[in-house]
Amino acid sequence: MQIKVVRKILEANDRISDQLRAMFQEKKILVLNLMSSPGAGKTTLLEKTLTDLKSEFNMAVIEGDLQTSNDAERVAATGAQAIQINTEGGCHLDGSMVLEAAGQMDLEKVDILFVENVGNLVCPAEFSVGEDYKITILSVVEGDDKPEKYPLIFAESKVMLLNKTDLLPYVDFSLEKASNFAKSLNKNIEIFPVSAKTREGLDSWYDWLRQEVIKKKDS
Amino acid sequence: MHEMSIAHSLVGIIEQEMAKHNVTRLIRIKVKFGRISAIVPEALQTAFEAMTAGTSLEGSALEIEEVPLVAKCRECQKEFSPEDDLMIMTCPHCSAEFGHDIVSGKELYIDEIEAE
Ligand SMILES: [Zn+2]
Repeated sequence: MQIKVVRKILEANDRISDQLRAMFQEKKILVLNLMSSPGAGKTTLLEKTLTDLKSEFNMAVIEGDLQTSNDAERVAATGAQAIQINTEGGCHLDGSMVLEAAGQMDLEKVDILFVENVGNLVCPAEFSVGEDYKITILSVVEGDDKPEKYPLIFAESKVMLLNKTDLLPYVDFSLEKASNFAKSLNKNIEIFPVSAKTREGLDSWYDWLRQEVIKKKDS
Repeated sequence: MHEMSIAHSLVGIIEQEMAKHNVTRLIRIKVKFGRISAIVPEALQTAFEAMTAGTSLEGSALEIEEVPLVAKCRECQKEFSPEDDLMIMTCPHCSAEFGHDIVSGKELYIDEIEAE
């Protein structure tokens, strides 16, 4: 017997993700799923953002980590509410993990919730966690051909942060090439070259966040 | 290796569909995945075999079929399917470079099963 099925394999995760999205929408929380390779400087960038904008917004972080809680401690040191999910070797966060973490947080007055995904450019791209947007952080030391190697994550991201621009003079990396690769699969991607270390470019990223928080409140 | 999570979800759906149609022996499953989805077919095959070993689904054939990437040109709105170079996709109709929309190529779904 031939049975025509046509069902998305990750439909169960999509359902949880929709449930999360409805909950975040009701509370008008902007939710950003941050993804990168290990070592792209995601946690440092997040720390800077949490510190620089803490007088403006109430921010919270769900921290995905393979084993340790070091990143969550760094994030909590900024004063932001942070909760850690240990994936115990798992290569991505999924909707049910975020649902459980969100249940342990006080989300009443939160403006922005950052979900810091596990460092990996492949697996997290397939699993929605109720976010408004996926944000990919690529550092210039990783090579400008990364978008070509991991197309899905760049196709799905609203923003690409090109981090560690202070190292541009020392590495073979073309901002234009990386941007064009990303744009070839994603017409609407916004690209911000930044250096979390020197603060270069961070204002454009912050302005984008401010604008999205307003949009969310008005939605 | 998110293929393990994917195989787990796949098995769940197969079991539901088999119960719904009142069949007990799985013969074949067909999965379709988009060219730019983050799926490694060999890894999914291995994960599926590991997941079904020793269960009633053991020994069924998993067919994994790729769905090509189809893009719609931002300039002339015509669709095209880039053959080799996925990046800097140049529209074959009007030569516009990058900034196109993806029409298909991100799918991941179970298409059909054969069982008795
Ligand atoms: Zn064209």
